[in-house]
Amino acid sequence: MKKYDVVTTISYPKTGAMGKTGSWRVFKPVFDKEKCVKCLRCWIFCPEASIKREKDDTISIDYDYCKGCGICAQECKVKAITMEREGEKK
Amino acid sequence: MTVMIDTGNYIAAKAAVMAKPEVVAAYPITPQTTLVEGIANYVGTGEFKGEYICVESEHSAMSACIGASAAGSRTFTGTSSHGLLLMHEMLHWAALARLPIVMCNINRVVGPGWNIWTDENDSISQRDTGWIQFYCSSNQEIFDTVIQSFKLAENKDVVLPVMISYNAFILSHTSMPVEIPDQSVVDDFLGDYEPKWKLDVNNPITFGNIIDPLSYYKVRRAMQDAQDHAKALIPQIAKEWKKKSGFYHGDLLELYNCDNADYILLSMGAIGAESKVAIDELQKEGMNIGLARVRTFRPFPTEEILKLSKNADLIIIDRNISVGLEGALFTEVKAALYGKSEAKVHGFIAGLGGKDVTYNDIKTICKKAMTGKAKGYEWYGLTEV
Repeated sequence: MKKYDVVTTISYPKTGAMGKTGSWRVFKPVFDKEKCVKCLRCWIFCPEASIKREKDDTISIDYDYCKGCGICAQECKVKAITMEREGEKK
Repeated sequence: MTVMIDTGNYIAAKAAVMAKPEVVAAYPITPQTTLVEGIANYVGTGEFKGEYICVESEHSAMSACIGASAAGSRTFTGTSSHGLLLMHEMLHWAALARLPIVMCNINRVVGPGWNIWTDENDSISQRDTGWIQFYCSSNQEIFDTVIQSFKLAENKDVVLPVMISYNAFILSHTSMPVEIPDQSVVDDFLGDYEPKWKLDVNNPITFGNIIDPLSYYKVRRAMQDAQDHAKALIPQIAKEWKKKSGFYHGDLLELYNCDNADYILLSMGAIGAESKVAIDELQKEGMNIGLARVRTFRPFPTEEILKLSKNADLIIIDRNISVGLEGALFTEVKAALYGKSEAKVHGFIAGLGGKDVTYNDIKTICKKAMTGKAKGYEWYGLTEV
């Protein structure tokens, strides 16, 4: 990536600049591959790039950085992603 | 080369279009209107090939320029008075973002009361935004300064926005002959714009993110260094332009009969031009006085003014007032001299609200100072004469 030689407020993409933000999470997205129709809405809408697109166009979730906002679950039209409280198993 | 006889605004429009900005975003305001109208006309004739964005306010005009410049485009705009004040937040933004936007500001009174004539309070109010500030005194100087400003703003050691101020009506609406070089001369002088940084989908970055105190401190320091670089570059760029176009407008101060003068008058803008007549007449009357017209208010010509004060007392005419203190140029000249010069400095306020300042007025002011009748600082011409 090209870095610019200028002193102003530019930031460059980097994984985990703020540390492992997954620890902020209260609710956790849980993915059910059986229900997934590969529409990739979750991948498009995730504001933290924590939905990883797999080769077969299903997804996986990067729990190191997912803050648990729930946007993916909201956007999923087939309810392949559901939110569970951390530490609770349904 | 052709000679174009036209108003300051149409000359500025011509210069801006010849610099080939990719984006102009502007909102009309008297007395700037004919400047943006002039550029719109060049859209009609096909001479301006960039994007002309009509926006709904000056805040939007500057915001659009910031966006365009951040995307890597050469960018120009113009405004005046209340328009400039509405831009204020975004002026800071453009400078802190290090975006080399070039803008003409036509110096107009700030209301109320409603008044479209000239004084410098609009641009003096923007002194601390980080913009480089020029003040012009003729239409030829407007043309040359607009062209040179793109080169200065875009220089890799500067990368700051530039504001070119000139007086409402006295210059903006007054026709003068101006020598216009061929387009190839301007193209050759400016070259293609290579942005120092830009928003680019192929090289993704974010801009304007949160920044820790030390990093912010460094951003401010870098702006200060950039203004210092500009100070050295302004005359260099002007010399280069003179080689190509034959005209020289480039010193931080325009000096007129300053060698061996006992008194030197300092002022900005059109009063600086008018002062030459006063200086000639005063010299005929046997008075040893010269003129130093301040062209760049930021960066401020501290060392140059200090040098002048070694052998002469200084007389300052300000067409602005920092209410609660005094004229801005007066304050800054004294600061430049502090602890390093014995010169007396006399400050006068004149011509606020667009009140005419004739060469006779300037003579009266100078005579008052030269005969020891001036106070430290005073207002000239508050009563009808």
